[in-house]
Amino acid sequence: MNDRQTGYVTEDGRQIGDVMLDLRDITLRFGGVEAIKNISFDIREGEIRAIIGPNGAGKSSMLNVISGFYVPQDGSVWFHGKKRAPLKPYQVARQGIARTFQNIALFEGMTVLDNIMTGRLNYTKSGMIAQAIWKGKAEREETENREKVERVIDFLEIQAIRKTPVGRLPYGLKKRVELARALAAEPKLLLLDEPMAGMNVEEKEDMSRFILDVNDEFGTTIALIEHDMGVVMDLSDRVVVMDYGKKIGDGTPDEVRNNQAVIDAYLGVAHDE
Amino acid sequence: MLYREAGDYKTSYPADSQTFPIAFDRYRYWVVLAVAFLVIPFFVNDYIVNALLLPFLIYSIAAIGLNILTGYAGQVSLGTGGFMAVGAYACYKLMTAFPDVNILIHVVLAGGVTAAVGTAFGLPSLRIKGFYLAVATLAAQFFLVWLFNKVAWFYNYSASGQISAPERTVLGIAVTGPNTPAWASYLVCLVFVTICALIARNLTRGAMGRQWMAIRDMDIAAEIIGVNPLKAKLTAFAVSSFFVGVSGALFFAVYLGAVEVGEAFGINKSFLVLFMIIIGGLGSIFGAFAGAAFLVTLPVFLKLIGVDLLGWPTDLVAHLQLVVVGLLIMFFLVKEPHGLAHLWRLAKEKLRLWPFPH
Repeated sequence: MNDRQTGYVTEDGRQIGDVMLDLRDITLRFGGVEAIKNISFDIREGEIRAIIGPNGAGKSSMLNVISGFYVPQDGSVWFHGKKRAPLKPYQVARQGIARTFQNIALFEGMTVLDNIMTGRLNYTKSGMIAQAIWKGKAEREETENREKVERVIDFLEIQAIRKTPVGRLPYGLKKRVELARALAAEPKLLLLDEPMAGMNVEEKEDMSRFILDVNDEFGTTIALIEHDMGVVMDLSDRVVVMDYGKKIGDGTPDEVRNNQAVIDAYLGVAHDE
Repeated sequence: MLYREAGDYKTSYPADSQTFPIAFDRYRYWVVLAVAFLVIPFFVNDYIVNALLLPFLIYSIAAIGLNILTGYAGQVSLGTGGFMAVGAYACYKLMTAFPDVNILIHVVLAGGVTAAVGTAFGLPSLRIKGFYLAVATLAAQFFLVWLFNKVAWFYNYSASGQISAPERTVLGIAVTGPNTPAWASYLVCLVFVTICALIARNLTRGAMGRQWMAIRDMDIAAEIIGVNPLKAKLTAFAVSSFFVGVSGALFFAVYLGAVEVGEAFGINKSFLVLFMIIIGGLGSIFGAFAGAAFLVTLPVFLKLIGVDLLGWPTDLVAHLQLVVVGLLIMFFLVKEPHGLAHLWRLAKEKLRLWPFPH
């Protein structure tokens, strides 16, 4: 089922494609601390891939490696079959990787609409002079971008707060706006860092629905970090389990659930006398 | 009652993202422009132009420039006076080197030169932020003033060390030099203000402005959605310096006519423009105008009350002015950090509901 060459078909009948992002032997150190120890896993086109593990396992560091904030000391990142040179975060964004943050990272001084419009910055090609005059290409681009953004706004059901400054929104909506901003960039790979942290059951259900819909309608590949096991097991096609910077499990939710190392990491091991 | 968006349906995205979404605002904007261009020039005299209108218009351009850098892109600058000096000296050198070229072109070119200089001094912003960047730009301020004092080439080796604007004409009418009619200098500045404000508004409401504001609000998140911080910060410095350079050129050529760099473009000028955008409102084009108008009219107003009405000595009123400005800065920083522009916005919110607030 997990062979590296071809895709597979999920239980609910979705076709999963080739390997999109391949992380090979990644090691990341901060001074003497090894945050990630020699980890390899891949993310396939169209799948929902979860990364789980106890606090401090190195999950967020892993996402930061993928999105270019950290450059690993060892190992390589392969994207669409090509080895990726060390890139700046904005260059990674241009390759079609978008993400959200564990603690919301929205632009508080701007409206919801402007926040989401920033997701389209990569698609803005007109120069400064054209934008200063606001005619021709610049105006056309602005309108095109707005149309795309409005589609995302419709999709996430946040029409009513379009012109509200982000600073005034409650937590759950901020999370949704952040997802909208990432989606506006039309990413091929979407990284979600704890999209449901601090939400109540209803908000979690909403967010889960959005994640499934994004994957289904736009065919976006999704990698997410999440602590809520119920959500992870329901949403994801394959799960990577990390503990103390090491990979201790990788497979379908069922495989992971029955993996002794994973159970030990989450429940603890009885010490022998 | 007139001030409503109700019934004014937007059917396209361009209509929804225009500068004045409310119809009444659009009419008001055209009326203001018409009065400024077609009525005021016929009624001005030297006193009103020199004491009020010219400084207001010229400082408005400088304030728009600084507001783009500080208010929109979040990069604090204390080098405004120095960059205005670059604009003034660039304009002077161009005017004397190419006397046949139109002065308006010189002013624009002076803005271009300042943009280049500003970009160079903006390079440290890639590494340092906040207070430390402010200090770096302060260094630019002192260095530039020192440079224009020290290197005689900049003031064409004149004995006084001053630069003075030779007479230049537009369409046969003098706009610089001692024979300039008041209305002509007013109109020249007004044209530049109008164009600068339009450009600034278009840049800040579009992709460029979002890029700047993203860097201002959270630079890490900005980077992750594809904003190149190097490009965003340097374009902010370039555009801002362009406006500041234009204002410096006009300040020298059209307004003062002759300047001594330390006196006209010292650190006081940097603070004055910074106070304008703090009082007027950071991150707002209207705020730049409001702040400039406020700080230009305040001394005139105080003099009118203090000297002419109450008969106080002039020096007392001059000192009082410093106290009042200081108090106002404190008041605005504590009570209304978004400045006059925010008060204006609140007033408009109220007006939209008036006279039925529920």
